[in-house]
Amino acid sequence: MFKFLLKGLFRDPSRSRFPVIIVAVGIFLFVFLQAFMMGAIQDMINITAKMESGHFKIMTRAYEELSSVIPNDLAMMNVDEMLEELREEYPDLIWTPRIRFGGLIDIPDENDETRVQAPVTGLGLDLLSPGSIELDNFNFSDPSVLKGRMPKESNEILLSAQFAEQAGVQIGDQATLVGSTMYGSMTIHNFKVCGLVEFGISAMDKGALIVDIEGARQALDMENCAGEILGFYEDMNYSDRNEETEQMRDAFNEKYSDVNDEFSPIILNFMDQNGMRSLMQTMDVAIYGMLFLFMLVMFIVLWNSGLLNGIRRYSEVGLRLAIGEEKNHLIRTMLLESLVIGFVGSLIGTLFGLAISWYFQVYGIDVSYALDSSSIMFANVFRAKITGQTLYIGFIPGLLATFLGTLMASRGIRKRQTAQLFKELEV
Amino acid sequence: MNFKRITILILSMIFIAFADFPQGDVLIKKMDEVMTSNTQKMTSKMIINTNRNSRTIITRSYTQGQDSTFTEYLAPPREEGIKMLKLGDHLWTYDPDADRTISISGHMLRQSVNGSDLSYEDMMSDEKVNEDYTATVIAQEVIFERECWVLELNAITSNIAYPKRKLWIDKERYLPLRAEYFAKSGKLLKRMEIRDLMFIDGRWYPKEMHYKDVLNKKSLGTSIIIEKIEFDIIIPNYMFTKAALKR
Repeated sequence: MFKFLLKGLFRDPSRSRFPVIIVAVGIFLFVFLQAFMMGAIQDMINITAKMESGHFKIMTRAYEELSSVIPNDLAMMNVDEMLEELREEYPDLIWTPRIRFGGLIDIPDENDETRVQAPVTGLGLDLLSPGSIELDNFNFSDPSVLKGRMPKESNEILLSAQFAEQAGVQIGDQATLVGSTMYGSMTIHNFKVCGLVEFGISAMDKGALIVDIEGARQALDMENCAGEILGFYEDMNYSDRNEETEQMRDAFNEKYSDVNDEFSPIILNFMDQNGMRSLMQTMDVAIYGMLFLFMLVMFIVLWNSGLLNGIRRYSEVGLRLAIGEEKNHLIRTMLLESLVIGFVGSLIGTLFGLAISWYFQVYGIDVSYALDSSSIMFANVFRAKITGQTLYIGFIPGLLATFLGTLMASRGIRKRQTAQLFKELEV
Repeated sequence: MNFKRITILILSMIFIAFADFPQGDVLIKKMDEVMTSNTQKMTSKMIINTNRNSRTIITRSYTQGQDSTFTEYLAPPREEGIKMLKLGDHLWTYDPDADRTISISGHMLRQSVNGSDLSYEDMMSDEKVNEDYTATVIAQEVIFERECWVLELNAITSNIAYPKRKLWIDKERYLPLRAEYFAKSGKLLKRMEIRDLMFIDGRWYPKEMHYKDVLNKKSLGTSIIIEKIEFDIIIPNYMFTKAALKR
């Protein structure tokens, strides 16, 4: 039966060509869009993890509670000992301390009086340790990102290029940080600007300062302290490890965190931070919403195509009914035909979709021309990402839409009365 | 008829109740006389208590009138040598390590001084309360075993950190034994209590003051203990210049 249907489809291309093209084009677009969205999500995960949350983040419970205001007075102490323990207990992860801080950057004139003063967001990173992961995290090795050179001493800083331009700061100038120490005292600390960075993130480009963590510690009176310790998987891949990270988080918090001690450490995984969990759920809904919309459009088009096909094959259907074929059998064969068409269309669409997705996964689309900045730290190249889901997701709308479209179109067959067939067939 | 009698009775009671209350403005003027002097040199200890630690900062300050104050940090070592100068509405700080004089303005004035319960704005506020507020006596209470007038103060100028205040003024010594500082909405922001007194140069003066920023849940309060104070001494004018910061 199946062989018979296949022969029919191949020998009468007008029966299958149009639906196959519709399905193939729709699935091609769908697969490409899915891969592109997965690429965007993957990029977002990587950027957020590298710059903000890590795959894990350890803070004190009190710091975590008020983390939006960067409460360095609640930062962790004895961080070196803690890092040693973490590296021993979790050798698969790379651990690095960070200090976030805010303050004013004050640029002096020739008389050492204030020439320019503006708020800055500061980030103390481990820049001077050999092989530090932070150099990769912030993409400092890219010459389009960094003008000048990396800090070689703890009193050297990188400033955002946009801020430096507005403030008239040159590489080699002195910049004074006015902020608060860990204990709340005012700190006035001189740094030397050794490089300018284009972050490509407007909030940071307005005024950000990057300094080696030891420089931040000196300025903020935070010896052997850090606001956060971040943990990263060596391969920087978080996507498939959600369950694993949740288990590790729970085990760590069970062992080290004490609800009655606000200065005890607490660990959060990537999804626990910055509303990532709800964002990822929203992304899932968006993908399934897109799937539904594609299916709906294709269903309507294929329903219409089924109707046209029904009209074209009106005589054939009438003859088959007239010679005694049951209506249900006739519908079953047409549905089977549609599944074959759906499968072939989905296969062709998926193959083409995978091919173009692979191209954009490897080469990406450079969108830097569309942005104000000429050198963007992240996401200047949008890339697709082929996942396991990409391989099969096109078949769901491809098969379902053709099946449902044919089902709707085949209603006409049920309505036809055998008594009228001979008249209709004019025999 | 009954309504008239009741109204007269209530008004009489109110009149009797407030008949003995002195005028609030007179009281705060007397308080200002006790609390201020033409010039003043003071060495004090600021003890900042948080739920993590306690820190002590020692400063020496010189004050001339209401507008000029020069403060030098004596301890701890990290803060030693830092100087601050207040001239009218302007505030500068000098850090010897950075060798920079920085003007403190805008939102920085609302920040805490050394992590204490006091802000730079608090430090800059004029000491003569009667020039900035109108006062009404609303009650009398006994606190710290002293008879006090309770005053409600409303600011008459808009450029002021606390639009409303409540003071408990010692009936005999005219010292504000307790003060509460409110936002315009009526929300309590800070509380101050004088925990110890000293008798010096013929007047009672606070020896230990305790401040609590009610909004800062992590703070356990800040105590200011005056170790040494001299009134109406001669302070050279150069002390109140920016050049003095670098000396």
